[in-house]
Amino acid sequence: MSEPILELQDLQTHFPVQKGVLFKRTVGTVKAVDGVNLKVQPGEVLGLVGESGCGKSTLARTVMQLVPTTGGTVVLEGKNLTASSSSDVLEVRRDLQMVFQDPYASLNPRMTVFATLAEPLLVHKVCKPAEVAAHVGELMETVGLAPRFMQKYPHEFSGGQRQRIAIARALALRPKVVLADEPVSALDVSIQAQILNLLAELVRKMGLSLIFIAHDLSVVKHISDRVAVMYLGKIVELGPANDVIDHPVHPYTRALVSAIPTPNPDEERSRKRIVLPGDPPSPINPPSGCTFHPRCPHAIDACKVERPALEEFNGREVSCLRKAEL
Amino acid sequence: MSLLSVQDLRTYFHTRNGVYRAVDGVSFDLDRGETLGIVGESGSGKSVTCYSLMGLVPQPPGRIESGTAIFDGVDLLHCTPAQARSIRGKRISMIFQDPMTSLNPYMRISDQLIEPLMIHEDVSKADALKRAIEMLEAVGINDASSRITFYPHEFSGGMRQRVMIAMALITKPELLIADEPTTALDVTVQAQILELIQKMQAEIGMGVIFITHDLGVVSGLCDRVQVMYAGRIVETADTRSLFYHPKHPYTLALQKSIPSMQPKGSELYTIQGLPPDLSKPAPGCSFAPRCEHATDVCRTGSSPELRTIKDGHQQSCLRVQAGEL
Repeated sequence: MSEPILELQDLQTHFPVQKGVLFKRTVGTVKAVDGVNLKVQPGEVLGLVGESGCGKSTLARTVMQLVPTTGGTVVLEGKNLTASSSSDVLEVRRDLQMVFQDPYASLNPRMTVFATLAEPLLVHKVCKPAEVAAHVGELMETVGLAPRFMQKYPHEFSGGQRQRIAIARALALRPKVVLADEPVSALDVSIQAQILNLLAELVRKMGLSLIFIAHDLSVVKHISDRVAVMYLGKIVELGPANDVIDHPVHPYTRALVSAIPTPNPDEERSRKRIVLPGDPPSPINPPSGCTFHPRCPHAIDACKVERPALEEFNGREVSCLRKAEL
Repeated sequence: MSLLSVQDLRTYFHTRNGVYRAVDGVSFDLDRGETLGIVGESGSGKSVTCYSLMGLVPQPPGRIESGTAIFDGVDLLHCTPAQARSIRGKRISMIFQDPMTSLNPYMRISDQLIEPLMIHEDVSKADALKRAIEMLEAVGINDASSRITFYPHEFSGGMRQRVMIAMALITKPELLIADEPTTALDVTVQAQILELIQKMQAEIGMGVIFITHDLGVVSGLCDRVQVMYAGRIVETADTRSLFYHPKHPYTLALQKSIPSMQPKGSELYTIQGLPPDLSKPAPGCSFAPRCEHATDVCRTGSSPELRTIKDGHQQSCLRVQAGEL
């Protein structure tokens, strides 16, 4: 296997929970990301799935160094970002870019497409100011927008077009890794398909690595080479996309897969659905042992005490004490 | 006789930038105990259709230009406010998309739950509270008698949607309108809520109109589905026919753009272009500019009407009607 382009080692992001107005005291910690190990290969698409609050967005923001890490390291091409100074991080951001969920909120409404796309080019001195317009035009064509819309404002575009602008902005510096945080969740099915095709094409053409965060497993399966399933700040299953989604091992992945409604009435009505009881527990006071045990249909007494490690099993990695029995 | 019969409903919005034909000639029937799915992308008019029935369209700028909606002999669109009040919230209830914003944050759950009972039924507050607790238990909230005094912020998203459902069903309505009730929820919680709606429907025997953009949700839940595009119904059929023998090019395209229907690595099917501007109605079929089968006939004349292909299956594509597709 080749050198990973991005490596996360025991990454932790904890947020203090504070009480009081004047004399703030810390009454607990939210362990949003709690010991994540992950390697991303060049040109690979890694899907990251989980329910809201499982820490997938915080993980992306931590990798981007938008929130400070509590522990562990983020290594991009041999360079440790967590130990770098902020000016170094700025330099590294060339290679590491992000696309956000809501294209209505992530673009500055007062900046034209040209201004939005020219900014990274000028900040990082990619080209001479005279050449910026040509560069911006090229970028717009890459994402399927006509360069003649350069002087328009975000509100003049539809949701799908705005997401294309956001993708163009992320690609402006020819990054090596792009993190896309639910890039299609806010879009309609027909527009979603356009954006997914665009992302897949860009990965192929530019040799990008893509971390694709979503809660929709069918979307993730379509685009990803590997999938990581997160629950309460930890990865519970990691492996090739088809294996993990077609034959899940961890009880949580199984429940997640079985909860996706399929657009096929006969199949939908005949299959057995695993309906998990309750909501995901609070990450302030995570349950003891395996954090999934209170909702798990297969939990035994040992699960309440022993914390399972993410271990190699059947061509993937799973953290479940009973993985071999189920 | 059907429970609800909507004929030629047209709801337009008169704005400074022109008249938006949000709903433009929608007709359908719903039987008692039946579940009807309304599917469409944002802006297709599925929510406005239901808001019109409930009298929730802000007027102005909205205006119901024409149509009737007969619910048990009463025209919901032309009845007196007193008649509307006696039906709404008692015999017809609605669940909204976002449980975070549709509960009143200043009121205890108990007060919000008993409000429909206190208004519509001659019950004492103590009896109403007792029924509210029963209802909360029925929708799967443990320890209901103590949690009923909570405020909405003390519940999670899934729990709040359960409270919304309890509130909608506490008067045992004959018709429930659910406007994307699971869109804001996680898949595992969505599965719980869908199961709950089906269970409550079996108990109360109500008709359900289920609005969604997710074809997967519809396939397991609905008896009949209608697909909306640009304010009109383009195809309606029983669920199996619609999924296994879709006829209208838009329904086909919608199905083909779902990732799970296609092999991994292949390019996803996409519908070219954007939904039309509802303030500038073009002649002919509103889907024609994006349709790969459109001919000159599709782009002229009035909007094509729904025609029956076979029992209960109607669609509006001219070329399908002519037997060309």
